[in-house]
Amino acid sequence: MTAILRSPTTIVGVMIVAILAIGASASPNFLNASYLLQQLQISSFLGVVALGALGVIVLGQIDLSVPWTMTSSAIAATSVVGVGAAAQDVWSTELAMPIGLAVGAFIGLVNGIGVALLRVPAMIWTLGINAVVLGLCIFITGGFAPPGEASPLMRSLAVGRTLGLPNALYVWIGISLVAAFLLTRTYIGRAIVAIGNGERAAYLSGVATQGVVILVFVFAGLCSALGGLLLAGYANQAYQTMGDPYLLPVIAAIVIGGTSIQGGSGSVTGMLLGVVFVTLLTSVLSVLQMPDPHRQIIYGAVILITLLLYGRFTRPVN
Amino acid sequence: MVATEISPARRSRPPLSLPPGAWRLALPLVVLAVLFAVLIAIHPRGLAVASMTPWANQAVTLAFVAVGQFFVVVTRGLDLSIGAVLALSNALASELVSGTPVEIAVGVVAVLAVGCLCGAINGAAVVFGRIQPIVATLATGAIYTGLALIVRPTPGGDVDEALSDMLTYETFGFFPTSLILLFAVVYLVWWPLSRTVLGRSLYAIGSNESAAFMSGLNPKRARLLAHVLAGFFAACGGLFLAFQTLSGDASVGFSYTLNSIAAVVIGGASLAGGVGTVIGVIAGAYLLRTISTIMIFTGLPPMAQPLFEGLVLLAAVSVGAIEMITSRNKLKVLR
Repeated sequence: MTAILRSPTTIVGVMIVAILAIGASASPNFLNASYLLQQLQISSFLGVVALGALGVIVLGQIDLSVPWTMTSSAIAATSVVGVGAAAQDVWSTELAMPIGLAVGAFIGLVNGIGVALLRVPAMIWTLGINAVVLGLCIFITGGFAPPGEASPLMRSLAVGRTLGLPNALYVWIGISLVAAFLLTRTYIGRAIVAIGNGERAAYLSGVATQGVVILVFVFAGLCSALGGLLLAGYANQAYQTMGDPYLLPVIAAIVIGGTSIQGGSGSVTGMLLGVVFVTLLTSVLSVLQMPDPHRQIIYGAVILITLLLYGRFTRPVN
Repeated sequence: MVATEISPARRSRPPLSLPPGAWRLALPLVVLAVLFAVLIAIHPRGLAVASMTPWANQAVTLAFVAVGQFFVVVTRGLDLSIGAVLALSNALASELVSGTPVEIAVGVVAVLAVGCLCGAINGAAVVFGRIQPIVATLATGAIYTGLALIVRPTPGGDVDEALSDMLTYETFGFFPTSLILLFAVVYLVWWPLSRTVLGRSLYAIGSNESAAFMSGLNPKRARLLAHVLAGFFAACGGLFLAFQTLSGDASVGFSYTLNSIAAVVIGGASLAGGVGTVIGVIAGAYLLRTISTIMIFTGLPPMAQPLFEGLVLLAAVSVGAIEMITSRNKLKVLR
């Protein structure tokens, strides 16, 4: 019983309730079903990206290329639509999403090769890749997003609704289920956790560690790309700074969910709650009409206090 | 190792080779020297005071921040708030460092004290709060950025011009004062410290924390010291940036955080801790800035510059990879 009370998942659940109470007292519309559904819809973009980042963090690595993986796949997808519209070609609009996802997977592949084969620390390699992708996009586009818009599929996934619930939420839940299954029930999941605990031991136990690391980075690239495509569908355009506000909240959501940044353990459920918490925190601060500097301070303080609580009161996941 | 034993591997070593660790220091210095030569060759003014002072000045801020980052990295940590501390001290400097000489002196001391305090808070979160350095400093970084924005919502402010001129021009009419300042501060802080047990324990706990602890060193105190040093050097960077731009800007932080990590790695330190030198890290910072300057003078299209900067960063950090690929024993490269 105490183990359940002391798990990060419980603590973050309590904090979500607390933040809903604060929001409700500040604005009567806060607990409105449509407002909350909209928050979940926005959470989905962050949540999809965080799923990929979770795998990388369980490996004991980190992916700092999230911002420009998101942005470059969104730019690629919207310009495919733009080109198709110019040529009055219906097929190219259908190609937008696969091409955007392929861009993300390719960036993930390069990340994985650098980390697994060249053995450059992920912190610095993915940072360099982020800079190169940024440079490539600026070089190719000349500093402006090329003309284009989101494809109908992207728009429908990002803003459409089915049975009253946002489609983005289905996407998020679907990928979360797949990720949770992979991480906890399959060989590859156990291999990821094993590598996070000690790559040497995992290698000696017969795990093809380099292949697994590359695979996880490709999955992270795909997730970041999907997040970028959903965001582009939501805004109906791609823009240069769209990925920047996602890097730190992704890491915050994962560690608030109880996953150790050192790797070797991870909780998908905790992370889902962490994503909801981070989104609600941002939303409450804007409902309270807090000026931006104060928002940053509260945001940082809340993360710090949460982690202090974890350090004192919880046992690690697994 | 028995000193008298001469192994075949040792005998067959070519005469010019250095001990393994020395390459970590020699490589950034050699590359920097080559890049410096290239810069002089293509610079319209060549080797002149008018070209050397800007070259020296432009990397001082990054060098300060990178040295601060290095002390945390060497203990196997990472400070993601270091750019935010730089921004906060830069913003504070634009408020405090002007007026009478006494006011200026108090202002400089206050800025440095705030930097140390930020570092101490980071250290306390890591040591006593038992939070991983990466996430602890991620959170405190948001707080410091917020504070910097409160102090200076829009770029501007006022910094003493006489002191600024003194620090950003030349000594004896030809030697950049900023370089003297950089080396004097680093030397005065690190040299005495590196001769104490506490200073050496920075390397020791980064190399092997349990061994260091069992040898009687105090990992908590060392880690706290590392973060305070990071805060102090970030504040030095913030002050110098204020002297350079004569104003404060709360939004300069994040790129300095990322570039400081890059400079530390390029300068021969290992993110796994325990390895690296201050001189190498300063060379790493100058290396990064020299590359940017060279790109401006080679007439590379401005749109291609970010791409080349990224490629150079990747190439620089991949140098160590050759050993990894050619290594026959896979276990050596896995951790």
